[in-house]
Amino acid sequence: MPLDNPSANTRKYKLVGTRPDRQDGFDKVTGRAKFGADAVAPGQLAGSILRSPHAHARIRSIDTSKAEKLAGVKAVVTRADFPDKTAGDSGLFDILTNIMARDKALYEGHAVAAVAAVSPAVAKQALKLIKVDYEVLPHVTDVDEAMKPTAPVLHPKLFTEGLAEKPKKPSNIARRYEFGHGDVEAGFAKADIIVERSFKTEATHQGYIEPHACLANVSPDGSGELWVCTQGHFMVRDYCARLLGLEISKLRVTASEIGGGFGGKTTVFLEPVALALSRKANRPVKLVMSRDEVFKCTGPTSSASIDVKIGVTKDGLITAADATLRYQGGAFPGSPAEFGAMSAFAQYHLDNVRTIAYDVVTNRPKQAAYRAPGAPMANFAVESMIEELAHKLGMAPIDFRIKNAAREGTRSSYGPVYGPIGLLATLEEARKHPHFKAPLGPNQGRGMAAGFWFNFGGQSCVSLNIPVDGTVTISVGSPDIGGSRASMCLMTAEELGIPYEHVRAIIADTSSLGYNDVTDGSRTTFATGMACILAARDAIKKLCQRAARMWGIPEEAVTWEKGYAKPAGANAGNFPPLSLKEIAAASGGTGGPIAGHHEYSADGAGVSFATHICDVEVDPETGATRIVRYTVLQDAGKAVHPSYVEGQFQGGAVQGIGWALNEEYVYGKDGRLQNAGFLDYRIPVCSDLPMIDTKILEIPNPGHPYGVRGVGETSIVPPLAAVANAVSNAVGVRMTELPISPPRLLKALDTVSLAKAS
Amino acid sequence: MAKVTVWGSLRSQTGGQATVEIEARNVMELLARLGESYPGLQPTLKRGVSVSIDGLIYREGWLQPLQPETEVYLLPRMTGG
Amino acid sequence: MSGIHVTTKINGDEVQFVCEADESLLDVLRNRLGLTGAKEGCGTGDCGACSVTVDGRLTCSCLVLGAEVDGHDIGTIEGMAMGDELHPLQKKFIEHAALQCGICTPGFLVAAKALLDHNPEPTETEIRFGLAGNLCRCTGYDKIVRAVQAAAEEMNSAKKIQQKVA
Ligand code: FES
Ligand code: FES
Repeated sequence: MPLDNPSANTRKYKLVGTRPDRQDGFDKVTGRAKFGADAVAPGQLAGSILRSPHAHARIRSIDTSKAEKLAGVKAVVTRADFPDKTAGDSGLFDILTNIMARDKALYEGHAVAAVAAVSPAVAKQALKLIKVDYEVLPHVTDVDEAMKPTAPVLHPKLFTEGLAEKPKKPSNIARRYEFGHGDVEAGFAKADIIVERSFKTEATHQGYIEPHACLANVSPDGSGELWVCTQGHFMVRDYCARLLGLEISKLRVTASEIGGGFGGKTTVFLEPVALALSRKANRPVKLVMSRDEVFKCTGPTSSASIDVKIGVTKDGLITAADATLRYQGGAFPGSPAEFGAMSAFAQYHLDNVRTIAYDVVTNRPKQAAYRAPGAPMANFAVESMIEELAHKLGMAPIDFRIKNAAREGTRSSYGPVYGPIGLLATLEEARKHPHFKAPLGPNQGRGMAAGFWFNFGGQSCVSLNIPVDGTVTISVGSPDIGGSRASMCLMTAEELGIPYEHVRAIIADTSSLGYNDVTDGSRTTFATGMACILAARDAIKKLCQRAARMWGIPEEAVTWEKGYAKPAGANAGNFPPLSLKEIAAASGGTGGPIAGHHEYSADGAGVSFATHICDVEVDPETGATRIVRYTVLQDAGKAVHPSYVEGQFQGGAVQGIGWALNEEYVYGKDGRLQNAGFLDYRIPVCSDLPMIDTKILEIPNPGHPYGVRGVGETSIVPPLAAVANAVSNAVGVRMTELPISPPRLLKALDTVSLAKAS
Repeated sequence: MAKVTVWGSLRSQTGGQATVEIEARNVMELLARLGESYPGLQPTLKRGVSVSIDGLIYREGWLQPLQPETEVYLLPRMTGG
Repeated sequence: MSGIHVTTKINGDEVQFVCEADESLLDVLRNRLGLTGAKEGCGTGDCGACSVTVDGRLTCSCLVLGAEVDGHDIGTIEGMAMGDELHPLQKKFIEHAALQCGICTPGFLVAAKALLDHNPEPTETEIRFGLAGNLCRCTGYDKIVRAVQAAAEEMNSAKKIQQKVA
C-alpha cells in the first residue's frame, strides 16, 4: 500500500503523542455508560441456560415438556432448534456444537438447553424441570494424557492433520505443525553446551470483569436486533446469521460498551441462543452469564506442555534450538499451538531451528484467544532456558540475549526475514535502565525476558461526517476496549488540522457501516486508525473541491494546510485561506454534506517486541511471591495516546504476572472445574503489586503513515518468564511449572533442601 | 515464478519440498495455483492462511503483486486477542 | 411470592420499591430502579464492581438483600458528581487514564471515595489495600492508584485553602 509519509521518523505532530482526556470518560465515571447487561427492552424476557454437569457424556434424550408447561415460560430451545446450516464449514460447525451440545456434552458447562421466561426466577425454575438423559463417558482434561493412545477419544472423526500419512485411527490430536529452517542436528553437533528441559503451564482465563451479556429481539418477519458486549459485532452478526439461517442484512447488531475482552469476546456463546429464544417467543430476550458460567463455558486459554532443547558454543552463540509444544484447546480443535511454535524462538537469530506443535482436544471448554494467543507459554519455556544457559555460560543474561537477538535481516524462526524491528532497542534500553542496577535484598531475585508478537491489520471501514459547524464525527466499527476512540480522534484531528475536541468518534452498528474485523490482534489503533487517517484525507479532497467552488478556481489549484484550504500558488489567485469551519458552513450551497470514507483491508501491521524486567521477593516460610519492582520496555512504533499505550503495557504485564504466580484452572478427578470464581481463581489485586514502570520506544512501522504498531498483545508475552526467572534466581531452583503458587514453590524448596541434606 | 515456502508439516503435501515455484502475478493466483498443483494443501488453504511477502505479513492481501524474486511464506491464518 | 415493600434513601432522595425476599440490592438497583452504574462482575462479593455505600460504609451490593436496606442510606456512583461538577476522583480517573474498558470504574470510584472519606491522606500502601476488594483486569492498577493519589492531594489542598479562608 503506497503511503506518503516516509518521514514518519521526523514528522512533527501537533496532537499525536499528546494525552488528552478520552471523550467517553464522562459517561464511564458517572455510571452512565451502557455495557452489555445494562440494556432493557419493553416486554423483555429473561433467558437462562441449562448446562452439562458432566465432563463427557452422551446425551440420549432431552425432555422439555414439563418446563414448557410451567407458567411464565415462553420458549425452550435445545439442539433440535439449531439444525446444521453450516454447509461443511467445520470451524462453524464447531461453534454451533459449542453453543448448544448435539450428540454429546463435551465439557462441564456445555450448554444443553435454554429457557426464556417472564423472570429470572421462573427461568431458573424451568431449567430444573428439564430432564436430560446422560450416558456418562470417560473424560480427559490433561494435555499429555489426552495424547496417549489409551485416552478417551472426544471426536470419532478427528484424524490428526499434518502427518506424512493420514493416521488409521482417530485421536485427540487435531493437528501437527512444524516450523523452522537449517539443520538442528548439525547445529547441536557444533554446540559446547546443550540444555534440555520440559515445562508446563496451566490454563488461565482472560478474566474480563464484565460477563458476557446480550439482548436479542427477533421479529416474525425474520429481521432482528442484537445488543451485545463483544470485540466484534460484525463477527457476531455474521456467525449468528449463518448459524440461524437469517439474512445478514436483516440482523442489526449494536456493540455495547465492552467491559474487557482480551480475546475472550472474539466468538459467539450466548448470542445465537438468545436470538433463537427470541424468535421462538416473539419477545425480546436478555441473556447474561454468571461468573461461574464465564469460567466454565467461555474460552480460557490453552494449558501447555513444552520440551525445549538449546545448544550454545562456549562463547555464547546459539547453534541450534528445538522445541515441541503440546497445547490443549478444550473440546474442539483450534488451540493456538501453531502460534506458540512460530513465536517461541522469534526473538533470536538462529541458523538452525525447529519447532513442532500439537493441537490437542480435551474435555474442557473451547479455548478462546487470549492476548497474543499461544505465545506466552512458549516464551516462558524458551526464555527460562535462555536464562539458565546464560548462567551456565557465566554470561549476563542480558548480554547473552543481545548477542543472539534477532535484528533487521534475521530469518525469523517462523520463516520470513525481518524488516526494521525494535528488539535490540528494547534490550539495550533495558541494560541502561536504573532497574537493572538497583540492589536486591534478601530472598529477592531479578529476572528478565524478551518477547515477540505478530500483530495484524485486517478489514476496517470508517465514515467521517462534517456537519455545518465544522466539527467532525467519525463512525468506526471497532469496539473500543481500552480507549481506542481517543486515538482515532487524535489521528483524525491531526490529519485534518483541527482541535482534538472537535472530533467525536462513535462505534456504529452493523447496519450503518461496512464490515469491520474484530478488535483483536492489536489491530484497532493500527488498522482502523489508519482508515480514519485515510477517511480524513478523502474528506480533505472534498473540502478542497468546495473551496475551489467558493473561489471559482479549479480544484487542483487548492491545497490543504493545517486545517485550511489555500490557493496552491500565486497563479491560483489571491484568496484568504478558508477554514474547515467556513467550508462546512457553506456546504449546503456548494454541493451538500461533506463526508469522507475509507474501507480497506489493512496489511503491514509490523511485528513487535518487548523486554520486561522483574524483581520478586519470596517468603521461604509460606512460599508466597511478591512482585517488588517491574519494568516494561516495548516498541510502539508511534504512541498515539501514550497514556493508553502505557496502560496496555501495564495491563498485559499484570495479566502475565497473574498467569505466572496465581491463576490456574484446577480440575477434579471428575473432570469438573473446582475454582470457577474470583475467590479461588485469583487474579492480581491492587495490594499484590507495585507500580508498573513503562518505557515506550518508537521505532516507526513503515506500514503506517504515522509509524504506529499494535501494542495490545506483546506485553503479556514476556512476564511469565520474567517472573519465573526472578523466582528461580531468588531461590536457586529452576521453576518449570506455572503458576508458581505457594504450594509449588514450597515443594521446589523442599527438593533443594533435601538434595542439600543428602 | 514466485518461490513459496510452506511450513514444515505441509511438506508431506508438496512431495517433501520446502519451497515450490508457482507462476502467479498476485497472492490470489498463487493460492489458487498452489491448491491445483498440490491438492493435499486444499484443507489448509480452505481454512485460511496468511502469507508473508518479503517479510511483511498479509492476512487478506489477495491482490498483492508478486515479483519473480519475491520471497513468499505460507503461514497459518493470523488471529489475535 | 409476595413482594416486600422497602423505603430507603438513594443518593439523598427517598425511594420506595417492592422486591422479592431473595433479591439482592444490586438487582434492585439495576433491574427495578434503573440505576445500572453498579455492575455485576461476580455476584459473590469478590470483584467490587457492585460497590455502593450503605450509611457511608462501603458494601458489595450483590451481598446485601434489597429488603435489608429499609430505612438506610444508599450511595451509588450515580450520586457522586455534584450536578454538572464531577467529583475530584472522577476527574482524576479521566485525566490519569485510570480506566480502559471502564466496567470496574464505578466500583473503584465508590470504593476510593469511601477510602478518602475515612482516610484523607492515605499512603500508596493504604490505597492499595483499601482498593484490594476491587478487581480491574485492564489497567494493572498503576494508573488507578495514581489517580487516587492525585485526587487526594487536590481535595486536601482545597480543604486547606478553605480552612485558611475560614
Ligand atoms: S458483583 Fe458484587 S462483588 Fe462482584
Ligand atoms: S478498566 Fe477494565 S476492568 Fe478496570
